Amino acid sequence: MSTTTTTTDRRRGAHPLARTPSYVLTGGLAVLFLAPLVWAAVASVSPQGGTAQTQGWGFGNYVTLANYQAGVWRYVLNSSITSGLTVLFTLGVSLLGGYAFARFRFPGRNVLFMLTLAILMVPYATLLIPLYVLLNGIGLQNSLVGLALVLTLFQLPFATFMMRISFESVPAELEEAALVDGCGTFGALTRVLVPAVKPGLITVGLFAFLAAWNDFIAPLILISSSDKVPLPLAIANMRQQVMGIVDYGATQAGVVVLAVPCVLLFLILQRHYVRGFMSGALKG
Amino acid sequence: MGTPDLAPATRRPAPAPRRRRRVARARQGWLYAAPTAVMVTVFFVLPVLLVLRMSVSDWGLFAGNRGLNAPENFTRVLDDRLLWPAVAFTVKYTVLTTVILLAVALGLALIVQESSRWKNVLRTSILVPSALGLASASLLFYALYSQQSGPLNPMLLALGVIEEPVSFLGTPTSALWSTVFLIVWRFAGFYMLLLMVGLQGIGHEVYEAARIDGANRRQIFARITLPLLRPSLALCTILCVTGSLLAFDQFYILTKGGPDNSTLTVVQLIYNMAFAGQNDLGRAAALSVLVLLVLLALNAVQFRVLRGRED
Repeated sequence: MSTTTTTTDRRRGAHPLARTPSYVLTGGLAVLFLAPLVWAAVASVSPQGGTAQTQGWGFGNYVTLANYQAGVWRYVLNSSITSGLTVLFTLGVSLLGGYAFARFRFPGRNVLFMLTLAILMVPYATLLIPLYVLLNGIGLQNSLVGLALVLTLFQLPFATFMMRISFESVPAELEEAALVDGCGTFGALTRVLVPAVKPGLITVGLFAFLAAWNDFIAPLILISSSDKVPLPLAIANMRQQVMGIVDYGATQAGVVVLAVPCVLLFLILQRHYVRGFMSGALKG
Repeated sequence: MGTPDLAPATRRPAPAPRRRRRVARARQGWLYAAPTAVMVTVFFVLPVLLVLRMSVSDWGLFAGNRGLNAPENFTRVLDDRLLWPAVAFTVKYTVLTTVILLAVALGLALIVQESSRWKNVLRTSILVPSALGLASASLLFYALYSQQSGPLNPMLLALGVIEEPVSFLGTPTSALWSTVFLIVWRFAGFYMLLLMVGLQGIGHEVYEAARIDGANRRQIFARITLPLLRPSLALCTILCVTGSLLAFDQFYILTKGGPDNSTLTVVQLIYNMAFAGQNDLGRAAALSVLVLLVLLALNAVQFRVLRGRED
């Protein structure tokens, strides 16, 4: 990246004024990408007709949102439970699985790994139709645990791949030293290897959270009672409730509530987020 | 997978403790892989088998399995009057989205690839939308496009671009373009990042050599950057085509397939067959299986066309 900087600088000359048009153009781009988000945040607290906030600035739309049906906290809680469980399941399964694929040779290893990656090849909808029937069969219909398990499955290709390469990049001597010191493989995993693969775990956890928090079609199909739906579905449903008249103010407030945790996590963990994409690009 | 047994002459049998340790390692490996195996079996392999079974069965949403009826589900899917318009719309949407999104992403990647503090800020701004869920982004644009509260009509009126308010989701064409715009906004950062990885993989010496040979910027882009970026572009195309063919959230939230089913995608049709109105899981399964087969074939073709020529 730094190499291209030097060449462009040389071409354009180092004078800062010479670069002003480029700043205008790129600044415009940044505004274009941020404007819809800023607009939603501002509009949600600004006065507009047909919403709870008709006069003056304030949080009327958020009050509407808070009092919608079971109350917004119910849906935030549903989303938090689903996302929390998904992150937990994904981390647990992919940590153990990645360790197994990276460090052990056992019959069926390659078949299982390829099968895990093959989940990517099958469309979401193709799996959700039979999963709806299957979850009914094992008593997990209309349950947040069932939903979290399904969301975990869709995270597994990326998570397993990510954890496998994380374990593979840890020197084998580290684990062997722990084994010689009398740790079992599980002791070596928890005491020595988990700290070494922590960046991978953060990336996997971040992606699992974002996917679970934002998922729409899985709960749409798998969750049938309205007090168990996660936040995106609740806010989408809310639009159609009030006699066909859409309360855009409450929708904007809902978007803000949905977006804030994602944007914050993204800004805090941006390095891990980018790294996750990079590894995805490299495997292609 | 274990080492094949060689003749005793070429190799002495492994000492007993070592072989025992290898067997123990294999057993431990299976133990660590067991959660993955259970998840993949229960929630992936079984559902795939089940959807095949459902596609040849008379399977109602509430009535459940009422026995085999092959190939009735498939013939009724192919005779569905909404199927071909949905296929045509999905393909049109996919082509539009892929071409525009990848062109925009490539342009952005070229702009932000150099590393400076300003470029880092810019990159972050472009990436922020991709942290949002597709459903959240669709809800945001649903409000943004609305006649009642959206800022676009007042802005365009003030600028004199339009004479009277336009409906962004009201006509088939405007609904399509409005959705494409939303998708470009939401996904440009993601594809920009993937293409940046590709750009960084192109060695500095290659550019230097081209410049010494007297190539201008356009020649360098057309003869060096684009060809060497081919693997990254291939990956982006495959991801974008697959994602667009399976579009659901954005249309479910923005248009519900309207106006007049003009923006009905194939996955929406599957959803409608299964849960909205027809309640026929068998037919939805049949269409899902068809979608799966088309996608597998398409990905195989794309892999061959986009990556094959380099070796």
